[in-house]
Amino acid sequence: MTQKFRLENGGLINRDKKLSFKFNGKTYYGYEGDTLASALIANGVHLVGRSFKYHRPRGFFGAGVDEPYAIVQLYRNNETEPNIKATEQELFEGLVAKSVNCWPSVNFDIGAINNFLKIFLPAGFYYKTFMWPKSFWYRVYEPFIRKAAGLGVASTKHDKERYEHKYEYCDLLIAGSGPSGLASAYAAAKNGATVILAEDKPRFGGSLLTSDVNIGNQSGEDWANSIISELKEMPNVVVKNRSQVFGYYDHNMLVMSEKVSDHLPKTKKHHPKQRLWYIRAKEVLISSGSIERPLVFGNNDTPGVMLSSAAKEYLKVYGVLVGKNPLVFTNNDSGYETAIEFKKNGVNPIILDSRVNPQSEIIDEAINLGIKIKFSHVVVAAQGYKKVSSADIAKISDDKKQLGAIENINCDCICVSGFWTPTIHLASQSGNKTKFKEEIDAFVPGTSKQKETTLGAANGIFTLEETLKDSFIAGQDLSKKITNNDNKISFPNVVEKKSSQHDKFWCVPMPKGKSYKRFLDFQNDVAVSDIEIALKEGYRSIEHVKRYTTLGMATDQGKTSNLNGLQLVSDIENKVVPAVGHTTFRPPYTPISIGAIVGREVGKHSKPTRKSPMHSWHEKNNAVFVDAGVWLRPRYYKQGSETLFEASKREAKNVRTNVGICDVTTLGKIDIKGPDAAELLNRVYTNAWLKLPVGKARYGVMLREDGIVMDDGTTTRISENHYHMTTTTAQAANVLSHLEYYLQLVWPELNVNVVSTTEQWAGAAIAGPKSRKLLEKLFPNNDVSNEGLPFMGYMESELFGVKARIFRISFSGELAYEVNVESDNGQFMWEKIIELGQEFQVQPYGTEALSTLRIEMGHVAGSELDGRTISYDTSLEGLISKKKDFIGKRSLNREAFNSSDRQKIVGVVPLDKKTSIPEGSHLVKDAQAPLPNKKLGHISASCWSVEHDNPFSLAILKDGKNMIGEKLFVMSPLKNKVIPVEIVSSHYVDPKGERVRS
Amino acid sequence: MLHIKCPHCGMRSQNEFSYGGDASVKRPDLNKEISDEEWDNFVYNRKSLRGKHLELWQHLSGCRQWIKVERDTATHEIFNTYKADEEIS
Repeated sequence: MTQKFRLENGGLINRDKKLSFKFNGKTYYGYEGDTLASALIANGVHLVGRSFKYHRPRGFFGAGVDEPYAIVQLYRNNETEPNIKATEQELFEGLVAKSVNCWPSVNFDIGAINNFLKIFLPAGFYYKTFMWPKSFWYRVYEPFIRKAAGLGVASTKHDKERYEHKYEYCDLLIAGSGPSGLASAYAAAKNGATVILAEDKPRFGGSLLTSDVNIGNQSGEDWANSIISELKEMPNVVVKNRSQVFGYYDHNMLVMSEKVSDHLPKTKKHHPKQRLWYIRAKEVLISSGSIERPLVFGNNDTPGVMLSSAAKEYLKVYGVLVGKNPLVFTNNDSGYETAIEFKKNGVNPIILDSRVNPQSEIIDEAINLGIKIKFSHVVVAAQGYKKVSSADIAKISDDKKQLGAIENINCDCICVSGFWTPTIHLASQSGNKTKFKEEIDAFVPGTSKQKETTLGAANGIFTLEETLKDSFIAGQDLSKKITNNDNKISFPNVVEKKSSQHDKFWCVPMPKGKSYKRFLDFQNDVAVSDIEIALKEGYRSIEHVKRYTTLGMATDQGKTSNLNGLQLVSDIENKVVPAVGHTTFRPPYTPISIGAIVGREVGKHSKPTRKSPMHSWHEKNNAVFVDAGVWLRPRYYKQGSETLFEASKREAKNVRTNVGICDVTTLGKIDIKGPDAAELLNRVYTNAWLKLPVGKARYGVMLREDGIVMDDGTTTRISENHYHMTTTTAQAANVLSHLEYYLQLVWPELNVNVVSTTEQWAGAAIAGPKSRKLLEKLFPNNDVSNEGLPFMGYMESELFGVKARIFRISFSGELAYEVNVESDNGQFMWEKIIELGQEFQVQPYGTEALSTLRIEMGHVAGSELDGRTISYDTSLEGLISKKKDFIGKRSLNREAFNSSDRQKIVGVVPLDKKTSIPEGSHLVKDAQAPLPNKKLGHISASCWSVEHDNPFSLAILKDGKNMIGEKLFVMSPLKNKVIPVEIVSSHYVDPKGERVRS
Repeated sequence: MLHIKCPHCGMRSQNEFSYGGDASVKRPDLNKEISDEEWDNFVYNRKSLRGKHLELWQHLSGCRQWIKVERDTATHEIFNTYKADEEIS
């Protein structure tokens, strides 16, 4: 297929490198340096999709980030990506793309029937029509609407590409490499400032690549190239193309998305696909330019109607004609520049200018070139369905209200220019209150809010000379403040053609007897009539009009539609535009892929993995791991074809009959030192701590100031002023912060230091009736008898030459010890215990058996200390000292905490002694009671009691104290279960606590 | 993302810190008889004001020090930061 619309010469593409690509199954050719859009237009393809609501044919409207139409599904290296703008996607060999929002094909689209029903689909149609019956929404309406409307399809496959995040600091961040970006970057760089210059397109230079100007005796493009090559050589400058600064956040942090590999057929090895830059800049220069405004007329969405600046860009950058019989419809001089470029390339355009008799250098040039110009003329409507074939034009009265006789002229494209809208998104995101500039009928940034300066067209300045001058000065002054250098740069001579005033006209009146759709928002199919309906129905705030009509809400965020929408509202409401105001600009400026936002934090990298020093032993011994916060802990050790239930039962049973060993390294450990350490503990825990002797451990409960239990654990007095605190695995970090808070802010007079030693010690719990015998083997030189090392005793020893701490504490209700060694010796300790424990039938046990053992004996853990329970609820009120004050004590006076039927922990056993009780189930009095059935409590933890060989659960139950022996029902609507149960004591094993002291 | 000057470490990104609420709240002394109202004011009642606010942050992934930050809750402007024990004029 030949590229019929490609010029023989010209453009910045590489004609030596021909690329093949597929669009909707058909093979085409383009050149290196093309976008998908320019290559398709070169091949005469103008139908690329269907519109969102009416499924009207869609072509190309712009040539870059502002494109509302040309959205495709892209296929690259066996991956697919939705909603890619053809105007931004660079061509590569083998690119495959398809149209979206059309079925069965873009040429024959069934949804286009909506177009003929459009009278039925005005603003708010969905809201009004699909409201009732309510049940129809989920079953009927929504699936249908979802299928009919919508853009591309996201891949459900795992994304194999890599996305990176990068953090960077600089003196000046400059967004945009047009004339103002280049000039300010150059001046700042010469002053020695560190500069990041970001350009969203592949080529630097912005408008200089398409405008007919001269800077310092060079063409605009040559000047841009010379500046860029000089900047690239400077060590203090980072120059980035394909990089969009899309968000301006607090404290001068901006985020930029760099498309590192999207323009290549395949991402290179070790390269990311995209990179997200978090840039903290001292100063930000916004030189994001401006976007041409459309003019509004009948059928202005027909393929072939496009911005005149885009037509010029396709011509000058890509050597592509958007049409061979163009009509230019303008209200300012920009349209003339496009017409002149057509003429220079042998094409005869016609210009329709809404102005009466404008005069300027550019107009004179057009006249001299023999271009046909019709002043006071407008396009009333475009004709043609899948492509413009002609235009209905008419003379317009000076007051722009009356149309003359309509005449039809042939054309194959209509290039529109309704003047320029500064791209103020970044400035507005920074918090800048924008102001309306009457001369250009658009908003520009007001007073700087953060450290941002807006320059050039983004600031509403449309002459090159002024732009360059401002930008050189801004670059120089801002960098001087930072570096104290003052290198003056000689100002280049600028030659540009002077423009005349634009026409304050943007919407062609509807001719009598016609009902053309005149579109404002091209991506969301919002027409003039929709806004009129919204206002008629009483919507006044522009934010409400936006949401009701969806004006400016599509993926292009109204880059080409917002201002015309505002103009319309202000005309109808008889207000000035600034009184209407604009909707809020929010980041991102342009859609950013989810992959880039997530970066490397996917799968295993989404959080760190903490492993105990004994991890490799667990792995070798068939441990099945479970996530405990960021820790990986053995859940059970699988033997043969055992299930979790079977294995945990075996492990727990072995603890009750022989001896088990459990890796408890993950428990939080805090080292507390200082003369006031005992005083700190006394204030933090509810029980008394001042008299704990050296070499003894004590169990403690700490509260929050609101009286709720925060955490529990044992703390051991290692020496006079040295304590070892343990916390639960989950609360370790919070408890440390809690202690630091009180030490640093509330009681700074306490002379105490706290530091986390969780990772310094490897811990093994040795539990079971045979644990003492095993301990004797491990520490043959120590007296570990009940007298030598009593319950809650502590001793320091050596485990075959390795320093060890032995605590006699129990979490299982059995005679038990915990041995700690320095982490490096963890594996040695573990293997030694296993080796010497063989004769006592030692077995490792995982967290599942650990839970079983603690539930059976009624020892509370995280599922009971859930941030809603007080000491009484968990039967820990015996540990509340009456003699001293402590954190949270004053809250315990609260009425609810002291009510006579306050909730309390109880044990729950199913009457059939068989049915396991799902955790989280509710306890109710009457299973048949009508809903809402009053909840008396909930099941906090469940296990299979190995002691009694039947299910057992813990519950927090209202008036639990007086409920022992009652028969209730457990209900789990989720699991569809109703289980009759009996309430028993929470201490289901060894209620007197004799074993731990044996 | 805020940029907070830790008085011990220098300018650091917000994600190194955790928020600790109103810094003007003073915990009643231990063992002191106080009214329910006073205690409620300490535990629960906060001003949630718009504008200049003195608040606590902990430099969690840094020096672990609790610091005081004077911040505008509406604009996020940070006027000053102080060490925990620093006198604030």
